[in-house]
Amino acid sequence: MDKKTDLLQGTLDLLILRTIALEPLHGWAIGQRIQQISKDVLQVQQGSLYPALHRLEHRGLVKADWGPSENNRRAKFYSLTKAGRKQLETERASWERLAAAVAQILETA
Amino acid sequence: MEWLNAFVNSARSLFRRRRDEQALNEELRFHVDRQIEQNLAAGMRPDEARYAALRSFGNTAVVGEETREAWGLRAFDVWRQDLKYGLRMLRKNPGLAAIAVLTLALGIGANTALFSIVNGVLLNPLPFPNSDQLVMLHESKPNFQAGAIPYLNFLDWQRENHTFASMALSRGYSFNLTGTGEPERLQGQWVTASFFGTFGVKPVIGRDFTSDDDQYGAGPVALISASLWKRKFGSAPDVLGRTVRLDGRGYTIVGVIPASFDLRVWNDQRSDIYAPIRIWNHPGLRSRQAALWLHGIGRMKPGVTLEQAKADLARVAANLAAAYPNADRGTSASMEPLRERIVGRVRPLLLVLMAAVGIVLLIACVNVANLLLARSTGRSREFAIRAALGAGRARVIRQLLTESVLLATAGGGLGLLLAWWGTRAGLAALPMAIPRSQEVGLDGRVLLFAAAISLLSGILFGLAPALRISRTGLDNVLKEGARGSSGANHRVHSILVVAEVALALVLLAGAGLMIRTLARLWRVDPGFDPHNVLAFNVGLPPSMTKGSPAAIRGYIRSLEETIESTPGVRAVSLLGGSFPMWSEDDWTFWLEGQPKPQSESEMNGVLNYQVDPGYLSVMNIPLERGRFFTTHDDEHSAPVVVVDDVLASKFFPNQDPLGRLIHFNGAPGPSEIVGVVGHVKQWGLDSDDQNTLRAEVYEPMRQQADEAMGLVSGGVGVAVRTSAPDGPEEMIEPLRRTLRQMNGEMVVYGFESVQNIISDSLANRRFSMILLGAFAALALVLASVGIYGVTSYFVGQRTQEIGIRVALGAQRRDVLQLVLGDGARMTLIGVAAGLAAALGLTRILTKYSLLFGVSATDPLTLLAVALLLTMVAFAACYIPARRALRVDPVIALRYE
Repeated sequence: MDKKTDLLQGTLDLLILRTIALEPLHGWAIGQRIQQISKDVLQVQQGSLYPALHRLEHRGLVKADWGPSENNRRAKFYSLTKAGRKQLETERASWERLAAAVAQILETA
Repeated sequence: MEWLNAFVNSARSLFRRRRDEQALNEELRFHVDRQIEQNLAAGMRPDEARYAALRSFGNTAVVGEETREAWGLRAFDVWRQDLKYGLRMLRKNPGLAAIAVLTLALGIGANTALFSIVNGVLLNPLPFPNSDQLVMLHESKPNFQAGAIPYLNFLDWQRENHTFASMALSRGYSFNLTGTGEPERLQGQWVTASFFGTFGVKPVIGRDFTSDDDQYGAGPVALISASLWKRKFGSAPDVLGRTVRLDGRGYTIVGVIPASFDLRVWNDQRSDIYAPIRIWNHPGLRSRQAALWLHGIGRMKPGVTLEQAKADLARVAANLAAAYPNADRGTSASMEPLRERIVGRVRPLLLVLMAAVGIVLLIACVNVANLLLARSTGRSREFAIRAALGAGRARVIRQLLTESVLLATAGGGLGLLLAWWGTRAGLAALPMAIPRSQEVGLDGRVLLFAAAISLLSGILFGLAPALRISRTGLDNVLKEGARGSSGANHRVHSILVVAEVALALVLLAGAGLMIRTLARLWRVDPGFDPHNVLAFNVGLPPSMTKGSPAAIRGYIRSLEETIESTPGVRAVSLLGGSFPMWSEDDWTFWLEGQPKPQSESEMNGVLNYQVDPGYLSVMNIPLERGRFFTTHDDEHSAPVVVVDDVLASKFFPNQDPLGRLIHFNGAPGPSEIVGVVGHVKQWGLDSDDQNTLRAEVYEPMRQQADEAMGLVSGGVGVAVRTSAPDGPEEMIEPLRRTLRQMNGEMVVYGFESVQNIISDSLANRRFSMILLGAFAALALVLASVGIYGVTSYFVGQRTQEIGIRVALGAQRRDVLQLVLGDGARMTLIGVAAGLAAALGLTRILTKYSLLFGVSATDPLTLLAVALLLTMVAFAACYIPARRALRVDPVIALRYE
């Protein structure tokens, strides 16, 4: 059974962490934001967000609270914990290292 | 840190499952609805919007599943599923479950019971702080390692040593308690002031002795036991300061010792009262030679090893030997750890029993494995389908092992109950058999042991069926008409049966040897006739403690006459010194014509018995030469003694000892030997022959020195031969009455039939024989049930085949041969393997001196048990074989 996502597991986690770093969002909004900011380049299979979000919550990197959404219905909002913030920095650093390495190879090889 | 969060969250999710599920549903629904909203806003029609939203979301079920997986409960869920399924399977087969659980309960219960004994006796430290610092101290003499310590030597050891934090002495004594309710006889101890401090025991109320209490001429004080406090004083706190009269003297109670202090190293009774040893003021305390049965205890300083302590005391003793050559030449100090002294002699026994009961558990596991294996062929279809649906082999094995562990856990729970009940019953029946038996119980370690062996058993017996069943090939099972694999399983069954027959034989051999040992021991002639002999003690009235030697002599003479005149008494003798298997006293001597040795350690040792002329009739000891004492041998006539044949042959080889003179150390003059009697087994039916001190001498009670009369006034032993038809105990009441009439202040106590004394000396052999016998019987039952089960099963499997054979003309004899042949082969191979193993293993029994009079490879015993097992096994095969005979070929052939 293959998951229909263009992104690797770890990358999705990174994007989620970054997206909620500024303000708490619910699952749907996170997906929209990612799509928006990347100008539709990154199409996230909406369903795959939830396993990722719950995994992050299980690991203690994000925490969730229920609250009213923009259309006045109850929704589950995710925000970063301190551990999450630290993880974000770590992941971001390794992503940039990876990207630089790939770029280097494309350049010179 | 993350894993900690994950773990905590998993645990939380366990409890909030339902709420979390609902929350998740709500969350996902919100998402889809929001998407629908967006689609509607973009202009789609309602059904279009919905369809598009769901499509872009993905498969809701899969998303839900994956999200739930993130909660980390997968492993738990799988396990719970296994458990539920296992329980359901067992419920469908209550018969199988019941048999398996019962078999396992017997095996696990027996193991747990024995382990609780091993735990309480061997593993747990003694109930004192830092108990491994405690040692027992002895003075060693040239022919005797563990001798008593003279008081003056002890004081020097205490002063001069460098390695001990504290040392103490104690000496058992029985006191007459009067003035507090009923007069009674109390078992007590004279102790040095340091006694309780050395152990680290603090009084419950009041205070311990101080060195001021332990001085000659100090005011007498006493410490009492908690049980005496309860019995005589109702546990009232005002007991401190009250006085008790012991042997006519007043002692002030200064404290109460906790009930947990129950040291029974030197005798088997609980001590109720303790008093400082100098209050006893026995003249022997001022002599460097008198042993007085003073027993020593020491607590080594922290960090000191046993070797260092031994070397240190050896140095001190050597200095004493040089300073006091008359008393101490040739003596030294010896010691052993206290725990070793208490439990050392039962350790080999308990370990052998532990091994035996482990074998029983193995047999039980084999039986259950056979059972499950037989059942498993009926389930091979079920597992083949599971495998077809994608269950991996590991998953199937795990499922089956879960079922086995469930069975084992149920068996373990029941076994724990059996163990608890059985241990209590067993120890109550034979309390003297095991030291520290009061400390045996179900503590944490025992429970852990029970859980561990349950788990291990479950895995052990579950493995064979699990491995077999998971290997089932899909194709040959799903074919119509297939009846399960027979060939390979058959072999596993056979091997298991052979194994359990062999194991049962080993146990039977061990038990058989122990039974023969005990039978041999019972037949050993102790040198006297113990039947119808009663022994007891009489405490003289308090007025006698200040009496003159002549008055005391007169009193005991009339005491003897009173006892003799009691109807039912055939012969009587007062006792002093040693009594076979009860108490020891020894003297030293040299023979007339030899120069007097310089120091006591160069003299010869001999066991001494002070008796009356009636002793020979009481004990029926054979008189070999000369004469025994008469009433004329008293304090006015020449001193005479009677020796035993061991002394005669050792010291007067090929000569006539009659008329020869013998000098006893401390006696005013020599005594003449007037008779030779047979030797009595002082040290026990089994151990007497190996003891170094076996020579025996008898002295007339009336010829004891005046100084000895002082000790007699404290109490004297009595032995009577009775003519009561129902046993000597019948005479207890009449004797009590007669003596009470003679003098109401005499305390008569300690009644014991001499036959009982002998059987008590064999108590721990009896205990091990009973247990080993019980285990062997259990093994026999389990093994025969196993053989019966497997043979039945084989018959069932081969019903069709038998039907065909009969239809083709096979006779009864042929069918029997077919079925029995299997059983016979398994039995014989098993018995042969068991014999081989037994020949190797029973050596262990000899190595630990558990056998007597029979060798570890005694052919008679081995043959007998082999025959027994074979016959029982054949009987177990025969019953199903007869069933095979009744197979109707028509029905068998029709059966698919």
